[in-house]
Amino acid sequence: MSVPPPSLSPAAIALNRFGLGARPDDTPPADPRRWLTGQFSRFDTKPDGYVMLPDAGEIVESYRDQLKAFRREARQDGTKPDKDQLKAMRKDFGKQARMLYRAGVDARANSALATEAPFVERLVHFWANHFCISADNPQLAAFAPIFERDAIRPHVLGRFKDMLFAVEQHPAMLIYLNQVTSVGPDSPLAERIEARNPKRKLGINENLGRETMELHTLGVRSGYTQADVTEYSRALTGWGIGGFGPGQKDDGNPDDFVFRPQLHEPGSRTIMGKRYSEPGEKQATAILTDFAYSPHTANHIAEKLARHFAGDTPPPALVARLSKTFSESGGDLPAVYRTLVDSPEPWEPTPLKFKTPWEWTISLMRGTGRRDVGHMNVAGIMNQLGQPVWRPRAPAGWDDIAASWAAPDALLRRVDIAPRLVAPVADTLDARKLAPILMPGSIAPSTAEQVARAESPTSALALLMVSPDFLRR
Amino acid sequence: MNMHRRQFLSVAALGAGAMWVSSHMALASVDTDRRFVFIIQRGAADGLDIVRPYGDPAYLGLRGAIAGEATQSIKLDGMFALHPSLVELGKMYAGGEALFVHAVASPYRDRSHFDGQNVLETGGAQPYRVRDGWLNRLVSMMPHEKDEAIALAPTVPMALRGPMPVTSYAPSSLPDATDDLMARVGMLYDKDPQLHPLWAEAVQAKGLAEGTNAKQDPAGLGRLAAKFLSRDNGPRIAMIETEGWDTHFAQAPRLAAQLKALDAMIAAMRDAMGPVWKKTTILVATEFGRTAAVNGTGGTDHGTASMAMLIGGAVKGGRVLTDWPGLAGPKLYQDRDLRPTMALDALIAGAAAEALGLDSGRLAHGLFGAAISGKPVDDLIRV
Repeated sequence: MSVPPPSLSPAAIALNRFGLGARPDDTPPADPRRWLTGQFSRFDTKPDGYVMLPDAGEIVESYRDQLKAFRREARQDGTKPDKDQLKAMRKDFGKQARMLYRAGVDARANSALATEAPFVERLVHFWANHFCISADNPQLAAFAPIFERDAIRPHVLGRFKDMLFAVEQHPAMLIYLNQVTSVGPDSPLAERIEARNPKRKLGINENLGRETMELHTLGVRSGYTQADVTEYSRALTGWGIGGFGPGQKDDGNPDDFVFRPQLHEPGSRTIMGKRYSEPGEKQATAILTDFAYSPHTANHIAEKLARHFAGDTPPPALVARLSKTFSESGGDLPAVYRTLVDSPEPWEPTPLKFKTPWEWTISLMRGTGRRDVGHMNVAGIMNQLGQPVWRPRAPAGWDDIAASWAAPDALLRRVDIAPRLVAPVADTLDARKLAPILMPGSIAPSTAEQVARAESPTSALALLMVSPDFLRR
Repeated sequence: MNMHRRQFLSVAALGAGAMWVSSHMALASVDTDRRFVFIIQRGAADGLDIVRPYGDPAYLGLRGAIAGEATQSIKLDGMFALHPSLVELGKMYAGGEALFVHAVASPYRDRSHFDGQNVLETGGAQPYRVRDGWLNRLVSMMPHEKDEAIALAPTVPMALRGPMPVTSYAPSSLPDATDDLMARVGMLYDKDPQLHPLWAEAVQAKGLAEGTNAKQDPAGLGRLAAKFLSRDNGPRIAMIETEGWDTHFAQAPRLAAQLKALDAMIAAMRDAMGPVWKKTTILVATEFGRTAAVNGTGGTDHGTASMAMLIGGAVKGGRVLTDWPGLAGPKLYQDRDLRPTMALDALIAGAAAEALGLDSGRLAHGLFGAAISGKPVDDLIRV
């Protein structure tokens, strides 16, 4: 009963596998490879929607100041802080954080819809997932959009090392992986506090150290040990953000990275046999720099990129080629992308990837001619489809394999939501004409037939959007 | 629970308890009148805080401020007490329906969540060595298995992935597509080898779940699971995923909320299962434990051994099963973690075999192959 998968044209591959999906008024690129690499000069690092996002630190700081003042007042009056008022303050903060998050999701979607560089926007989404945080509480929800804006977007066409440092020193990451509260057990601060109260012992938190090595750079099972993780975590002590964490003074605002010598574990560190005797902040900098240029990191990144563009089981030859370019160029990302575009594997003419809910939703909106989200609740849609934006719930990010997304219930939800998403344009777009524009030369005859037979224009568009051809790239 | 990731925007999901909002349930049908449920705790649940070894002289010193009050915990025996959030489980223990197993670990000895969960779910000795899940292989070992299975989750968790068909279902607040569109989508997928079976399962599950009106809370999920499991011709094997156990900071309030939800879910299952509860075994397990000592941020970091639970009317409960390794200095594994003294795969093999009335040696070989760490643990279930 099975039929061979459709054969995809290079133009359809460029638009859908590399890009974010075609628009109704797109003409298929005549030279797909050049169309992709030409986007490097057309990418808008900071589109308007992002420019207008306020910095999260302001609202986080004002909430914390408010709380502090409130508690201080109660202490002075010798009373307990009023629970209802505390609750109201928390609720208010939650509301502000959600507004910021919603505005951020809209900015992200608008940028994906309006862009003239959809390949580069896709890479932004790729890197944001590689270096993910998870908006599991109001504070992180507030920081999530500016994390992508300030740590990922400016470096997507730069060097890996620069993106890595922007990420690991961003308040969102320092909060998410608990670095802000990690203290060297023999640091000046810990000793001072212990002298005052011998029962209070401060110590390190390994979360950022471990995930940096396992997920962001070297990759799991690349040869480091628990002792290396602990050593790197010790080196990281002192990395923090303004006005946050134990022993904090008014030393800046929460939007800024700061180094606090008082929290730093003294002494030199040994990681994977190499000794780091740098003092203070420079110690973790030296280690992280070595991670950035490690051949393990090159392999790890190469494998993830290959999986994203050439199939769930990444072709080893492509991985090796990408890894080589990564190493030889010192992590120059456009050079790596060029190798990707010039390789044969990502141009395989059968569908290689099942679209994630985000990819499917963005391609559907682009395919129906939307240039902005308007009044649509994109954050809500992504929740319903099972991939809430910036909220993968684990530092590994969302899976990039079909087994995680192609499931009965997930499919049902796409079918449930498709008619609602296409309804507003059903009277202006003819699905039969749209199909060959979105997937030039690549529509399966069975899909064309079902679309042509649909009972209404809305039904025809919905069918096109949930067709096997459109669910994959 | 994550049937409900979409609930993100609700205030509740942003506040306390948000960790719990991510659970999946998967169910599989097999020909037996017994039920076996696997609840996975993703994120490395802290066994030392769930089943607390107050009788160990080193415990309070290691734990500092997060040790909790022994008098407020639920006393289990001379050595252990249960976390105070687990009120219903405490009652089940008293009634002989809950068994706690301590200092248990899978063969995995590093500290990556994702590798650890892969080992726990595939049953391999190393991460990513085995391609399918042990729960799926368990389905294949049941006599006269049907070719129908259901997952109450948008996607199928690793432990249930494999050649035996498993479908998925999760309640949705989306308005349903019209029957006409559903029919046409069926035709559209008819010739697609990947989408056709997925769609067939989705349509069937949708019919099955009609009217359950599962609430998006732990107790609701427990009732929904019970509804599927207690049907005469329904699935016999289920899997429920819980997340949010990775308590690097502020462990006391976070773990309390997590455990309260787990307690409510299992109690709701018990209450809604009816007479089938007597034939039910629930296994609760996590990928690894957490450090014996509290860290600098009121939490614990990734460790090694943890605890596991067997719960249900079929369980020979009312006891803590452990070869306690001790927590004093050199007794710790790598000077930091609870030392494993029991193999989780041997426990799973023994529990699954007795729970489903299968030969434990054959089952152990089928689930874990030559890699199994020891003889299957026996005398766990009333037969």
